[in-house]
Amino acid sequence: MRRVLLPAASLALLIGIWQVVTSTGAIADLFSLEPYLVPSPVEIAESLWDNRMLLTENAWVTLREILFGILCAVAFGVGFAVAMHRWRTVHDATYPLIVASQTIPVIVIAPILIVWFGYGLPPKVFIVALVCFFPITVAALDGLRAVDPEAVKMMRTLDASRWQRFWRVEAPTALPQLFTGLKIAVVIAPIGAVFAEWVGSNEGLGHLIQADQAYFDVARQFATVAVLSAMALALMGLTALAERRVVRWR
Amino acid sequence: MRQDTNMKPESGESQTAVIGSAPLPEREEGVAMSALSHAYGRLQTLAAIDLEVPAGVVVGLVGPSGCGKSTLLELICGLREQTGGAVSIAGHEAAAERLARCAFMPQRDLLLPWYSALDNAALALRNQGLRREPARAAAGDLFERFGLGGFEAARPAELSGGMRQRVAFLRTLVAGKPVLALDEPFAALDAITRGEMQEWLAAALRADPRTVVLVTHDVEEALYLCDRVAVLSARPGRVVAELSVPTRRGEDRDAAVTDPAFVATREEALRALREGSR
Repeated sequence: MRRVLLPAASLALLIGIWQVVTSTGAIADLFSLEPYLVPSPVEIAESLWDNRMLLTENAWVTLREILFGILCAVAFGVGFAVAMHRWRTVHDATYPLIVASQTIPVIVIAPILIVWFGYGLPPKVFIVALVCFFPITVAALDGLRAVDPEAVKMMRTLDASRWQRFWRVEAPTALPQLFTGLKIAVVIAPIGAVFAEWVGSNEGLGHLIQADQAYFDVARQFATVAVLSAMALALMGLTALAERRVVRWR
Repeated sequence: MRQDTNMKPESGESQTAVIGSAPLPEREEGVAMSALSHAYGRLQTLAAIDLEVPAGVVVGLVGPSGCGKSTLLELICGLREQTGGAVSIAGHEAAAERLARCAFMPQRDLLLPWYSALDNAALALRNQGLRREPARAAAGDLFERFGLGGFEAARPAELSGGMRQRVAFLRTLVAGKPVLALDEPFAALDAITRGEMQEWLAAALRADPRTVVLVTHDVEEALYLCDRVAVLSARPGRVVAELSVPTRRGEDRDAAVTDPAFVATREEALRALREGSR
């Protein structure tokens, strides 16, 4: 209860303060802005309700990009981690490159991908996968490395094949770490998706935020951000739930 | 080839019979080491070990910390290649052949927390290709016989240290290997539990005899549990004394530890240990 009530209380407090300073016009006056540029929580909630169809449609677009992207990142990341764990040469040959690839800002890569793949789904999935790949790969690799060498010796004398050692000892050992990486990934995935839409798209929440910039519809921008945050939190919650169901021995 | 791995997965009942009953002649396999040595790079860990562990005999290895006892176990099990000399089980020298004939019990129980106690004990049978249910049935018989009845579904975290060690030993026994390599199996237990576990292990080995190499740093434990005890020197380890235990293995502990012959052997072992440590 405490873990739900306390953050809810601080959020309510923040919204309350925000409501007071915006409805009195204090912020707008301070920065000499038109009042509609500084929407109050109530106005944002109204915008959220009025635009519910538009927001749902675009949220669905963004969610699809996120889910496909994470799926690709998990498939490639786990596959890569297993290969690096299994073959020292693969690890030594690629690990520095993977780390180095993370130093290239997505902002540089995104426009190129749009040029190559167009305005559709593929470049978005690619970018989401790109930002999620690193935390998932590193977490999976660290998890596989946490395997006790004594347990491997024991399994070898108990007639375990390499495959059996992987499924019965190494994979379960790595699971908790993998979930940690996945939790990081689901939180940064929406950022990647919005960014990809920003660079080139005609749908999705990122596109909506950008379009509203042109119309000065700040209330709807806030409403869109609220939907995006809710989506990231829901994904985080689902991942944590899945972790509890799968990693039952903890 | 061991008989139990050749069985079809469906033949759970006969599998049980093989594991639960007295050993088959195929299991009577001894270990022989001659001029066996090992080095990690330039660091010589074992120097020319000559030691014989006849079939069905329990031999204890005692020695100072870091004398290469665990390395010696790994060599016997075929988990590691020697740098000199030879080690064989029933005449087989290849590491893969030794690996197929040994079951290794590490110092920490290393029960897999994602499996129940019974599934942990049945691990070797599952690895050997048996389906889950016949494997559990075979391991379950031993649970009853060795005082673990009722704990089949328990998670390892729910078991006491002694219980966990029993499950770990059954896991080793269930593998159906002729040779058991036990690496300080009770070192992590408190004194009372350790005493109980020693008696339990002695009873288990009487019921299901195997060729056993037991590493321990506890001389009295070695003398109580083993037929023979080899004392190793400090690194590079070599056998400085080989003693026959005068009392019968695993029988009445109180009578044994006060038996003058037992006490004399213990003094002899401790003397060899002290001299070998220098």
